[in-house]
Amino acid sequence: MAVARSRALRRNAGLAAVAILLLGWTLLPIYHMLMMAVSSSDEVFQPHLFPAHPTAGNFWTVLTEGDSFVEYFWRQLFNSIYIAGVTTLLVLAIGTLASYAVARLRPRWGNGLSNAALATYVIPASFLAIPLYQVMGSYSLLDSPWSLIFSMTAFASPYAMWVFTQYARSGIPRELDESARVDGASNWQIYFRIYLPLMRPVLVAVGIYALLTAWNEYLLAFLLLNSEQNMTLPVALGSFLNTDQVPWNLLMATSLFYAVPPAVMYYAFRKNVATGLTAGGVKA
Amino acid sequence: MPRNTIEPPERTLPTPPANTAEQRQSTSWLTRVPPLVNWPVVFVIPFVIVTLLVIVYPVVYGFWLGADPSLYTSLFADPTYLRSVWNTVVFVGIGVNLKLALALVLSGFFALSNWWIRALLAVCILPWAIPSVPAFLSIHWMLDPQWGMLNTLLGGLGIPSPHWLIDYPWAMGAAIGAYIWKWLPFWILIFLAARMAIPHDIYEAAAVDGATGLRRFFWVTVPMLSNVYLTSTLLSTIWTLSDFNTINFITGAGPADSTHVLATLGIRYAFNVGNVDQGVAVALTALPVIIPLIVILVRRLGREGA
Repeated sequence: MAVARSRALRRNAGLAAVAILLLGWTLLPIYHMLMMAVSSSDEVFQPHLFPAHPTAGNFWTVLTEGDSFVEYFWRQLFNSIYIAGVTTLLVLAIGTLASYAVARLRPRWGNGLSNAALATYVIPASFLAIPLYQVMGSYSLLDSPWSLIFSMTAFASPYAMWVFTQYARSGIPRELDESARVDGASNWQIYFRIYLPLMRPVLVAVGIYALLTAWNEYLLAFLLLNSEQNMTLPVALGSFLNTDQVPWNLLMATSLFYAVPPAVMYYAFRKNVATGLTAGGVKA
Repeated sequence: MPRNTIEPPERTLPTPPANTAEQRQSTSWLTRVPPLVNWPVVFVIPFVIVTLLVIVYPVVYGFWLGADPSLYTSLFADPTYLRSVWNTVVFVGIGVNLKLALALVLSGFFALSNWWIRALLAVCILPWAIPSVPAFLSIHWMLDPQWGMLNTLLGGLGIPSPHWLIDYPWAMGAAIGAYIWKWLPFWILIFLAARMAIPHDIYEAAAVDGATGLRRFFWVTVPMLSNVYLTSTLLSTIWTLSDFNTINFITGAGPADSTHVLATLGIRYAFNVGNVDQGVAVALTALPVIIPLIVILVRRLGREGA
């Protein structure tokens, strides 16, 4: 009895030690971000673990664009939202159309296309960035939001199509299509009235994936969008570093405005994000 | 449920589905012209056009830009490039393997069904949930040798502060640490899902045979997860090879360009130095590693999908 209890105690102590280590490791950079965001300008260049006089003034400066570093905050926030939103719609449209063709109409080349899509999904974007920049220049799309929208759409669609195809093959009985066809439904009617409604769970999952990928993208946004009015928030954050005296408190306050929406989405749609993960990539 | 809207016509079906083709021809004029309108093609056209314009054309153009052999002779004589190859091997080799091994072990911790462990999981996925740019900026400033919070903290505990971003080994270590911080939660979730999918009776059978603790881990969990683990390693290797943000924001490739990896060096040559061809050549030299990885991955994932 006593032995069992001391073993349980030791086990719990071990688990607690792991938990504390994990918590410290996970929260340190996040605490640092919060701590800097509420530090006053005098304290930024002084070593400190917590601000002596915490202030919300930095957030206010960002919201009112009261510093040359955050001059275009609202514009850049809008750019980020606009690009992520349009990308998501395009990815869903393109992905469902292509997956409808491959999974429901079953052409001979369906498997080939699906494998080709998989190969483009794993092509590393940062190795393609340089020629992509040149090509966007030849399309005259540089510094336009559409350069990033098209790029992010092209990089996310193969994954979307692959997940949709797998889901449509296993999750939706083909008899539905066939009986609708017998009743005289055209392909478009089947696509809109049967296929899309039944795909809803995986549409949400992939939609969130596309939204967050576009929202988080840095490298392509940095290369393709140059002017301050057209860049997205992460590019603006990165450009803070170009000066010697970085206003780290403003930078971290802006960072929080940029980082909180996707974090909230992850938690709100945790189940769906998990569906997207297990439906795709790394399932045994 | 949308399913309900579909079932009624199925039940009132007047003809057996055997005559589908005839039915189709007599009912809808749109589908009466299959020789002219190839519907699968119509539906994949947007996908194919976007892929051709944004992926295939740049790939071909990239090969064309990097076709000159003299680019490679100058690369292989370039110490910064050779160093970046070594850094890439270190960054990917240590980063990916350490991260996945930790994720595998920690997924076992999070698989325990205590309520507080589940609450802890919700907190621990935070690094994955926030975008990498602000997270890495925060870590970068935290590591500042003069004002950084980490050194203040270590100093308070009486530990001498390492020269984080000034000495090469510490800079590389910081980059790998930040990379693991950011991506560990994602892989914990993946392995957690895979663990949950292991049928419970296997563990029961193992328990009957006397396998507990470490033995159970090595003789049941590891073999059951080996497939996921291998796929994860391949996928993670490709993603990490192309990781630009970690090095760019944590070390800024410093000190003195010593922590460049291929992904950052290519961008530097193309955009900071202004030598686009040289930048493309840097990226192309990673292909002998990347192409086999892509081929193996597509075969593994494609087999699952079929």
